[in-house]
Amino acid sequence: MMLADFPLFPESASSVAPYVDGLYLGLVAITGAVSLLIWVVIFYFAIKYRRRPDNELAQEQEPPAALEMTWIIIPTIIFIGIFIVGAWVFFRIQRVPSNSLEVYATGRQWMWKFQHPTGQREINMLHVPVNRPVKITMASEDVIHSLWFPAFRVKNDVLPNRYRTVWFQATKTGRFHIFCAEYCGTQHSGMIGWVEVMEATEYQRWLAGGSEGSLASQGEKLFQKYACNTCHTNDATGRGPVLAGLNGKTIALADGRSVVADDNYIRESILNPTAKVAAGFQPIMPTFQGQVSEEDLIRLLAYVKSMPASGAAGSQPAGVPVGELRARPSTTTGTEQ
Amino acid sequence: MTTTTIDDAPFIEPSATAPRNYLNDEYGVMSWLLTRDHKRIAILYIFSVTIFFFVGGIFAFLMRLELLTPEGDLFTSDTYNKLFTLHGIVMIFFFLIPAIPAVLGNFILPIMLGAKDLAFPKINLLSWYIYMIGGTFGVYVIIAGGVDTGWTFYTPFSTQYSNTHVFAVTLGAFITGFSSILTGLNFLVTIHRMRAPGLTWFRLPLFVWSIYATSVVIMLATPVLAITLVLLMVERVLHVGIFDPALGGDPVLYQHMFWFYSHPAVYIMILPGMAVISECVAAFTRKKIFGYKFVAFSSLAIAFLGFLVWAHHLFVAGISIYSAMIFSFLSMIVAVPSAIKVFNWTATMYRASVSWQTPMLYVLGFIGLFTIGGVTGLFLAALGIDVHVHDSYFVVAHFHYIMVGGTIMAYLAGIHYWWPKITGRMYPEWWARLSALLVFVGFNLTFFPQFLVGYVGMPRRYHAYAPEFQVLNVLSTAGATILAAGYVLPMIYLFWSLKFGRKAGANPWGAVGLEWTTPSPPPKENFHETPVVTWDAYDYPAFLKAMRETQNA
Repeated sequence: MMLADFPLFPESASSVAPYVDGLYLGLVAITGAVSLLIWVVIFYFAIKYRRRPDNELAQEQEPPAALEMTWIIIPTIIFIGIFIVGAWVFFRIQRVPSNSLEVYATGRQWMWKFQHPTGQREINMLHVPVNRPVKITMASEDVIHSLWFPAFRVKNDVLPNRYRTVWFQATKTGRFHIFCAEYCGTQHSGMIGWVEVMEATEYQRWLAGGSEGSLASQGEKLFQKYACNTCHTNDATGRGPVLAGLNGKTIALADGRSVVADDNYIRESILNPTAKVAAGFQPIMPTFQGQVSEEDLIRLLAYVKSMPASGAAGSQPAGVPVGELRARPSTTTGTEQ
Repeated sequence: MTTTTIDDAPFIEPSATAPRNYLNDEYGVMSWLLTRDHKRIAILYIFSVTIFFFVGGIFAFLMRLELLTPEGDLFTSDTYNKLFTLHGIVMIFFFLIPAIPAVLGNFILPIMLGAKDLAFPKINLLSWYIYMIGGTFGVYVIIAGGVDTGWTFYTPFSTQYSNTHVFAVTLGAFITGFSSILTGLNFLVTIHRMRAPGLTWFRLPLFVWSIYATSVVIMLATPVLAITLVLLMVERVLHVGIFDPALGGDPVLYQHMFWFYSHPAVYIMILPGMAVISECVAAFTRKKIFGYKFVAFSSLAIAFLGFLVWAHHLFVAGISIYSAMIFSFLSMIVAVPSAIKVFNWTATMYRASVSWQTPMLYVLGFIGLFTIGGVTGLFLAALGIDVHVHDSYFVVAHFHYIMVGGTIMAYLAGIHYWWPKITGRMYPEWWARLSALLVFVGFNLTFFPQFLVGYVGMPRRYHAYAPEFQVLNVLSTAGATILAAGYVLPMIYLFWSLKFGRKAGANPWGAVGLEWTTPSPPPKENFHETPVVTWDAYDYPAFLKAMRETQNA
């Protein structure tokens, strides 16, 4: 068997991977040196001071007491240093670039479903362009999963009650593993797939392939199917708030609090509408919990986010990929409750 | 190395074994099952935890067999999932947590204190019965078809999706927790109230300090596990929404509650190991532990800080970036007291009289492996790396270096060190050294490749895996067979030594400590006269000089 058949180091294919690997190898060097030092000292002492007839008794000479503070203070400084560099790399992993292409993922026992803003759906396969940040907004239909791209050095758990995100910018074309990292039942080890990183032109060609219309336009149909539009009208005459331009806005709530209308707020307002009612409206909206699938929720979300603010009405028609539309910087945790 | 046989304690006169001791004081099954003697209860625990250890070991071995090939062709996925779940549950709840405190702590702690027994002998017996009842649920679940949630019982999988015996096994873990709580309580009261005259806090052996810290953690953390498991059972059986979002609960809440116990539980498992190592380092270097107070207080520091780091298991589970930073920082700080211990043990060997007898071999192994386990913990505490390696084999390797390379190595060191005291017989030194070597080599071959395969990208709890991970997995399985041999050997020679081992005498190692001043095996009341302590722990120079003088006189 050739050495190439069993890599001892993972392929590095994302913009953050060199930082993670650098930190990792740096730690291997530091901790390896310290561990080696400890072993060498232990075995040196164990051999040099081994028990012999002339060495039945330990010698009554202690190492200097100042050593004690040395090996309290120096490791503490090193550990805090590791913390700082680790946090610095973590920020890099967490900060989602504002020009990210937005893709949606749904985890369920035992498959990954991906939806593209342009409407394509894929199962256990994800096509993305190279050298372009991709932000994946994800939720689970059942238990907790975790979306892991080892070649990109990123993962995040996928929860059944809220959207979480993970992003990467692939730096190499090719096929890389997708694994579910959080144990999720019988076929956990079968909840795997591939991410196909393509050149931009090739990706455009792939996008041109069949789809049922953009995600937002799919959402628009659902918006009518579920009769959302009877209350959420385009003018202020409806029984529900106007949704145009909602995304990213700070909303005053009926109970005096305020909330930023992000993905999780929109999701919650569909599934549990009375949780955070906008000021000036009655809590009369019925819940859609259990009636809208995760994938349809994503379509509705895409549609709501695509509605242009009233001032700019008509300038940005529904159906433009949301990733192009929204240029709001955010962090992964920013989309959490 | 020829100078290091058990004969090289020439100035120790093996005292005549007392005709009556705790083993021959009474006869019959009931004299064991209703005993209140801490030493006999320790023997009851030795048998029980050893059975669970081998049950858990068989599960591990079957997993390693499955992982020889990437395809997942030996067992079904469900069977494999049950194997790793049961391996974790049996090893953690029924072996690692009770092993050192309930076996060695029970036997040695009261003797180290110069006490006749623990403070509450009947409660001590009750602890063993509670443990056995909890264990019975574990055995029932194994026979009835297993459980497949992983030992962490993450919701909502465990409450709504798994159709295996989740209720019975969590009930078993819940019950066993009370055994830990009562044992911890018993130790705390005993250490506070029953020290021999003259045995001040800073004359206590470090074993006692570490067991004290363990007991504090047990008392404070285990009730949280009990609450968590009750909530889990309530949701699973009565469908009250606590953790399942479909019922209005929050699954990440479960993880916070679970790890609020289970991270301190890591210290419940390793602190007693450190307790044993401190004793063995002193005895086999014939020196006072360097920086006694630092080692003693580092145990308490670990116990305290251990409660503040639980969310480092949740860096990618759904906590804010700011909590992640705080928990990462605290996780770095908790590594400091462990580092202090390692450095102090090492410094103790300076200008010492180092014996290469088996317990010391395990000590050398422990320090080496615990160091690797500790520094790889820094990798996981560093946020930028954890995002990648969380839930990978890197984590599996890390905690096995602590739990197996640390705790089990220490347990074996302790068993060999106190075996002559417990049984009155010496184990065969050559065989014991061989098995220590097998354990060390087998352990590293099993678990070191898992660091590599984890960083390359193999997730944990995978029944089938990508083919490029196979070579490292084959190495790991090969190591596991060597490790298994290393564990089976002591079973054989220790039993053999009960009948054929050389008689040990009161103090075969020439070690300082109250337990070595009483006959082996000790009499039922431990000491014929209550000892009065006038010396510091590990006062080897004074002790050995006194022994020499008595001999020369």
